[in-house]
Amino acid sequence: MRKILTEKHAIKGEREDRSKKVGSLPYIWKRICKNPGAMMGIILLCLIVLMSILAPFILKYDYMTVNLANKFALPSWEHPFGCDELGRDIMARVFVGARYTLSIGVGAVAISTTLGILIGAVSGYFGGKIDSILMRILDVIQAFPALVLAIAISTALGQGIANCIYAIGLAYMPTFARLMRANILSIRGSEFIEAATAINCSTSRIIFKHVIPNTISPLIVQVSMSLANAGLSAAAMSFLGLGVREPYPEWGTMISSARTFIRDYPHMVIIPGLFIMISVLSFNLIGDSVRDALDPKMRD
Amino acid sequence: MIKFILKRLLMMIPILLAVSVIIFTLMYFVPGDPASISTGGEKVSAEQLDAIRESMGLNRSYIERLVEYVGNVFLRLDFGTSYTYGTPVGPELLSRFWNTAYIGFISLILMMVVGIPVGVRSAVHANKPEDRVSMFTTLLFNSMPPFWLALLLVLLFSLNLGWLPSTGAKSFKYFILPSLSVALGSIAGIARQTRSSMLEVIRSDYVTTARAKGLSERKVVYGNALPNALIPIITVCGNQFGKMLGGVVVIETIFSIPGLGVYMINGINNRDYNVVQGALLVIALMFSVIMLITDLVYAYVDPRIKARYMKSKKKMDYSTDKVVGDADA
Repeated sequence: MRKILTEKHAIKGEREDRSKKVGSLPYIWKRICKNPGAMMGIILLCLIVLMSILAPFILKYDYMTVNLANKFALPSWEHPFGCDELGRDIMARVFVGARYTLSIGVGAVAISTTLGILIGAVSGYFGGKIDSILMRILDVIQAFPALVLAIAISTALGQGIANCIYAIGLAYMPTFARLMRANILSIRGSEFIEAATAINCSTSRIIFKHVIPNTISPLIVQVSMSLANAGLSAAAMSFLGLGVREPYPEWGTMISSARTFIRDYPHMVIIPGLFIMISVLSFNLIGDSVRDALDPKMRD
Repeated sequence: MIKFILKRLLMMIPILLAVSVIIFTLMYFVPGDPASISTGGEKVSAEQLDAIRESMGLNRSYIERLVEYVGNVFLRLDFGTSYTYGTPVGPELLSRFWNTAYIGFISLILMMVVGIPVGVRSAVHANKPEDRVSMFTTLLFNSMPPFWLALLLVLLFSLNLGWLPSTGAKSFKYFILPSLSVALGSIAGIARQTRSSMLEVIRSDYVTTARAKGLSERKVVYGNALPNALIPIITVCGNQFGKMLGGVVVIETIFSIPGLGVYMINGINNRDYNVVQGALLVIALMFSVIMLITDLVYAYVDPRIKARYMKSKKKMDYSTDKVVGDADA
């Protein structure tokens, strides 16, 4: 019996080989798994996320419950991270606080990635007048240091978590737009785009089906690096009182309110900061490993 | 070269104009009424509030106020008066600018003087324990929020050891901790960039040739390899300066340094538009000037980039944009 090779088979065959295709997602994943630093980052991050979800169920104390008898309690078996100026358990606060810091970071990067991809794609694909107008707008946005711009935008929008996300997202958008534009410019001239144009694909189909998938890998690197920066910005803004405010236990907010007691009770400042550092470090480790995975010079 | 500098300077003017328009528009939408805040919590009648608004020019249309503000700033260098302090913003900005610029300048020097040699050493000893340790340490510093690092430094050097003052801005001693706390993260950024771009050139043929000629290792690394690895490092220097400037704004509040950051944050809390606008504008100006200097150094190091600006716009090669594009902000 002769075996007829259907389209399904062809696709299946292609799938099996995908992890060998340089720059594809399975390939990147395989390379990350080989990198001990990246695995450490992923594990740390998963632990923090897990703790932030499970904290209310497994911890004895609630993050809001005030108990003045435990005011400034130092770390002990009862309260592993100690208590704050109102006797609230710092461990519960730190774990719940992960929700705020991480979700602001992730939300902001989601916004800047989406906006950046759109603006960069339009700018790079159409070129000409649209391109130069959009690029001049980006020039103006980039005349500010990102954190300063985020502070200015959040001032205009008013204080709050959502506004904090918009502000940081907008401030980090130009990096993505420029990266996308540069990628598209290098792809635009290639032959498969010419072929797609030749068989009369619509502009949106070319952008979404052919151009964007080919720009995905440099974007992943940028996303993980930006997550680190956005997390730091979120903490900094809350520290200044522009992001999340008391009684919500965002890490920057916690450091800000513990600041006055640093001389006698440094644990109140050190512990939330350690958690900021660990999560930012994880994002950095993951970003580094993705970049290495995509770097042709590092290939084995 | 002069033509290039002039061209770059002229390009800054429209950007700064647009920046001031954006700043004004942002502040226009700030919720809260500066008129009622300027009374300092005293109870005043509605008519009195109207009169205050009238005198502050708050009741005019957006366009009128925008044109007046931008005109005043750019033609007369008049930044308006502070609602809360009642003093003109301009001179205050100037005196505060020096404090912020001082921290920024020390950090910039620290970043380059420490970061580049650390990166070079790492590249020379690539993948040996020394490299691993310094790369992990830099990554650690890169992941710390500057304001937290500042608090830790205060805890160690001011409160426990008592070596350095924790607040104020009287002499150089007062600027060490603030500069250190913003610079440490950026030193890490520069060291990592230096390492990766040094690794790219260190294996190239001319480095081998230089070694074969019998030059000392030091001369090969700093004389032949480093200059060719410098361009991406310069880009990152510019970007890191932006990051440090953001850090300075936050850190000034910790060390109570009378700089632009403290001025701006106080302005935000008091809904003092003129103060916030002025501070933002000066910070944007500082950043733009540093980016301008970055571009000039670029042109000095790499003649190809200078050629891009000299040619007419039509000949501009878009493909080179990838080299200049700042993917790592």
